[in-house]
Amino acid sequence: MPTPNVINGIPLWWYLLVASGLFAIGLYGVLARKNAIAMLMGVELMLNSVNLNLLAFWRYLNPTSAAGMAFAAFVFVVAAAEAAVGLALIISVYRTLHSIDPEKLDQLKL
Amino acid sequence: MQLASSKLRWFLAMADFVPVFILVLLSTGLALLVLLISVLFGPRRRAQNATKLMPYESGMRPIGVAQRRLPVRFYLIAVLFILFDIEVVFFYPWAAAFRALGWYGFANMLIFAALLLVGYVWLWRKGALEWESVDKS
Amino acid sequence: MMINSTDVVAVLPFISVALGSVGLLIADLLIPAERRHVTAWLAAALLLTAAVIALSLLGSPTFEAFGGMVISDPTAFFLDTLICTIGLVTILLTLRYNQVRGILRGEFYILLALSISGMTLVTHANNLLILLLGIELLSIPLYVLCGIARPRLESEESALKYFLTGAFASGFLVYGIALTYGASGTLSLQTAPAAPNVSGDPLLLIGIGLILVGLGFKVAAVPFHLWAPDTYEGAPTTVTAFMATATKVAGFAALLRVLHGGLPGMESTWQPLVAIIAAATMIVGNLAALAQQNLKRMLAYSSIAHAGYALVGVAAHDTTSVVFYLTGYAFTTLAAFAVITAIGSSEGEEMQFLEAYSGLGRQKPLLGAVLAIAMFSLIGIPPTVGFIGKYFVFQAAVAKGLVWLAVLGVLTSAMAAYYYLRVVMVAFIREGSAAAPLPTPSAPRNLAAAISVAAVFVLGVVPALLLSMIGNGMLSTTP
Repeated sequence: MPTPNVINGIPLWWYLLVASGLFAIGLYGVLARKNAIAMLMGVELMLNSVNLNLLAFWRYLNPTSAAGMAFAAFVFVVAAAEAAVGLALIISVYRTLHSIDPEKLDQLKL
Repeated sequence: MQLASSKLRWFLAMADFVPVFILVLLSTGLALLVLLISVLFGPRRRAQNATKLMPYESGMRPIGVAQRRLPVRFYLIAVLFILFDIEVVFFYPWAAAFRALGWYGFANMLIFAALLLVGYVWLWRKGALEWESVDKS
Repeated sequence: MMINSTDVVAVLPFISVALGSVGLLIADLLIPAERRHVTAWLAAALLLTAAVIALSLLGSPTFEAFGGMVISDPTAFFLDTLICTIGLVTILLTLRYNQVRGILRGEFYILLALSISGMTLVTHANNLLILLLGIELLSIPLYVLCGIARPRLESEESALKYFLTGAFASGFLVYGIALTYGASGTLSLQTAPAAPNVSGDPLLLIGIGLILVGLGFKVAAVPFHLWAPDTYEGAPTTVTAFMATATKVAGFAALLRVLHGGLPGMESTWQPLVAIIAAATMIVGNLAALAQQNLKRMLAYSSIAHAGYALVGVAAHDTTSVVFYLTGYAFTTLAAFAVITAIGSSEGEEMQFLEAYSGLGRQKPLLGAVLAIAMFSLIGIPPTVGFIGKYFVFQAAVAKGLVWLAVLGVLTSAMAAYYYLRVVMVAFIREGSAAAPLPTPSAPRNLAAAISVAAVFVLGVVPALLLSMIGNGMLSTTP
C-alpha cells in the first residue's frame, strides 16, 4: 500500500509517539492513583490516545476509506458510556462508604 | 535536488506556524509587560481591611467555601448530558454525506433518533430529570 | 449499500434481542412497581424467541453481511442459541432470589437483555469495530448489574472493581485494534493480515498481542484474572451465575472470531502465546481454588481454571471442541449456582461458606444431588458432559502436537478433584449443622436446575447431538 510518510512536514511516527506517551500516562494514572475518579480519568486518557493513533493512521495510510474515522467516533461513544456508568458507580460507592479509594473496598478479601 | 526539495517543503510547512509563534511571543510579552507596569507604578500600600482581602468574584459577594459539596443531582444531570451530547457524534458523518445517502440515510437516522428518544422518555418517566423529587422507581 | 433481507437474517438474533430490550424499556414504564415479575417473564419470552430464531437458522450456510461487517455461520448461530438459553435459565433463577433480596427490578431484566444483545453481536463479528461494539454492549450493562444490590457494600465493591478492570481492559483492546489497523489499513478480520508484507509487521504483532490482553481480561485468563474472584463473590449470585457462564461464552466467542474465524495464516504466531496462557490459567486457577472456603469464590477460581481448559482448545485451533466445552461448562456451572441461590435465609443473607452446606444431602436430597452432579461434571467424571468436553479439547491438543498441554490439563484436573469432591463430602457425609434455614422452594428455580442437570447428562451421553449443531467451526471466507 502506498503510504506517504510525511504530510505537511510531519512524519507519522510523531503522532504515534505522542499517542503512546498519552497512553502511558493514562496507564500510569490507572495503576498509581488511589482515587477511583482519577483512575477513570486515566482510562479516558488511554482511550483518547488511541483515537489520536486511529486518526493519524487513517489520514496517513487509508484516507479514502472512512473506517478509521468511524472507529474513532465509536470509541468516543464507548468512552462516554463508560464514563457515565463509572461515575454513577463511584457516586453510589461514595454514598455507602464515604470514600472512593478502591483499596478501602476490602469486604471481599480472603 | 531531492534532498533540497524535501527541505524546502519542510520550511514551507513550518512557515504555516509563523503566525502561531508570533502570537505566543506577543501574548507572553504582553503579560510580562502588564505585570511589570503594576510592579513599577502600582500603589504599595498594604491594605488590611476585609474587603481588600476578599476573593474577587466579579463584584459578587462570595458566599460559603469553595470546597462545598454539590448536590448529587448535579452529577446525575451532568452524566445524562454527557451521554446525549456525545451521541451527536453520529450525526456528523451523516451530515457530511447527507446528499449521497438521501432518504435511506434519513430513515436510518430517524431510527437512531427514535432509539435515543426511548431512552429519554424512560429517564423522564423514571423521574431522573426532576430536580427536587425523590426517585419514583 | 442498501440493507437487504440477507443482511437482516445474518444478525436476526441480535436484532430481535436489541429491539426487544428497547421494547422492555417501554413495557417496564407501564408495569406497576409491585408487579415487576411481569418484566421478568417478558424478558424470558424475548430470550426464548431469540433462542428459537437462532436455532432455526443453524442450517444456513456461511455468509458475510452488511458489507463484510458481520459473518454468519452455524457456529455463530449455535453460540447465539446457547447464550440466549443461558439468559433464560438465569431469569428462572432470579425470580425467587431477586425477590427475597429486593432486587426484582425492571432494570435488572432490561440490562440482562441488553448485555445478551451485545453477546449475540460478538458471535457474528467479522470486523474489529463490531467486535469492540459487541464487547462494550455486553460489558457496560454487566457493570451495573453487579452493583444492582446497592446499598449492599459487597455488591457495589464488586461492580466498581469489575468496572475499573473492564474499562482498563477495553483500553488495551482498543489500542490493539488501532495498531492492527495501522499495520494493515483495514479493520476487517479477514483481510487484515492478507495485505502484502504485513503478516510479519511488528505493529501487527503488538496489536494482536494487545487484543489478546483485552480479551484475556474478559474471559479471566491468567494473568488477567485478578478481578474475577472479588467480582464473582460480591455480585448477586444470579448475576454471578450469568457472568460465569454467558460472559465466558461471549468472551471466548470473541477470541474464536479473532483467532479462528479471522487472521488467516497467522496460527503459528499466536499459538505459542495462547498455549502458555492456557497452561498458566489451568495451573493458577486450580491451585487458588484449593484454598477457598467460600463456595462462590471457589466457583470463581473454578471458572478461571475452566477458561484454561477451553483455551487449550483455542490453542489447538479446534473451534468445535472449544464450543462444546463451553456448552458443557455453562450448564454445569448453572446447576451449581442454582443450588447456591436456593440456600440462604429468607432475609436475604446468603450462605456462601462451605460450612453451611454440611448435611445438605440428607436434608434436601434433590438439591444435594444437583450439587454433586455439578461437581462431578466440573471434575470431568463420565457420563457427565464435563468428561466429554475435556476429552475433546485434550484430543484436539494432542492432534496438534501440543501433548504437554494435554498432559498438564489431565494433571490439573486430577488436582481439581480434591476441592470439588470436598464440597460433595461436606454436603453428604458431614453431620448437618442445620445452620442454613432453607427458603421456600421456587418452581422456576427448580425448572432451571432440572434443565441444567438434564443438559449435563444428555450432552454427556450423546455428544454427537451437539456436535452436529455446532457445525464445522468457524471457517475463514478467504482461503
